[in-house]
Amino acid sequence: MNLILFYLAAAISLGSTIMAVTRYNPSHGLIYLIISLLASAIIFYLLGAPFAAVLEIVIYAGAIMVLFVFVIMMLNLGARGDETEHRWLNPAMWIGPSVLCVLLLGEVVYILLQTQQTLTGAAISPKAVGLELFGPYVLAVEISSMLLLAGLVGGYHLGRRFLVDARSGWVPDEADQ
Amino acid sequence: MMEAVVVPMEHGLLLAGFLFVIGLLGVMARRNVIFILMSLEIMLNACGLAFIVAGSAHGEADGQVMFMIILTIAAAEVVVGLGLVLQARRRFRTLDIDQASQLGG
Repeated sequence: MNLILFYLAAAISLGSTIMAVTRYNPSHGLIYLIISLLASAIIFYLLGAPFAAVLEIVIYAGAIMVLFVFVIMMLNLGARGDETEHRWLNPAMWIGPSVLCVLLLGEVVYILLQTQQTLTGAAISPKAVGLELFGPYVLAVEISSMLLLAGLVGGYHLGRRFLVDARSGWVPDEADQ
Repeated sequence: MMEAVVVPMEHGLLLAGFLFVIGLLGVMARRNVIFILMSLEIMLNACGLAFIVAGSAHGEADGQVMFMIILTIAAAEVVVGLGLVLQARRRFRTLDIDQASQLGG
């Protein structure tokens, strides 16, 4: 039964991810991406990683996707965006990269099919993860905190109303503000 | 606690590989900056999935620790990326990444 759940969630994850990168409207793509992340969370839970599953929903599908929603709302693309996307996404644009990606994928599949190993089937509790995280990996936690601080400073700087280009004296006009 | 499923390891890794390639394709084929950022998220998520699968295969918690670090990286990356999107939109009036070519790229 759990095997069926795994493959079903994997199929949903793959399908919704393909839909997410091929939509014309960013908000439609975003909804498919959220579905894909929720399917990933189910896969994490089935693979015996309940803590990672919760983090996937709370941080990925919750916080990061809400950030995307806010930016799409602020940009206010409207119906005009769909036509532009039609123009941008012509076949000449994506056939070359697609062929190369599929070749790479073929290599990955070929390499992976050489191995034979099954998963242990043992669930790893959040307690074990916490002990590991604040034991041998405590330096990684410190580095992560520095990274988040850098992200905070960068987000504050880039999210300001406008940045004046010091070299060319570029200033956004009033209609944009 | 529910028992975890026993699937072949390569099936989990194959799923991660497929998701990563879809994200890579999105980065290469799309011109809309928002879709490129979304594809980057897909790729990072696929990496996290591979770590979880490997952690499950060896019965160790290290995979989940690495997943949390990837999560942190994704959060920091998306904040800076979306801030850049807002600035680029104000400056170039478009989300087309090909317009940002002042470095001659």
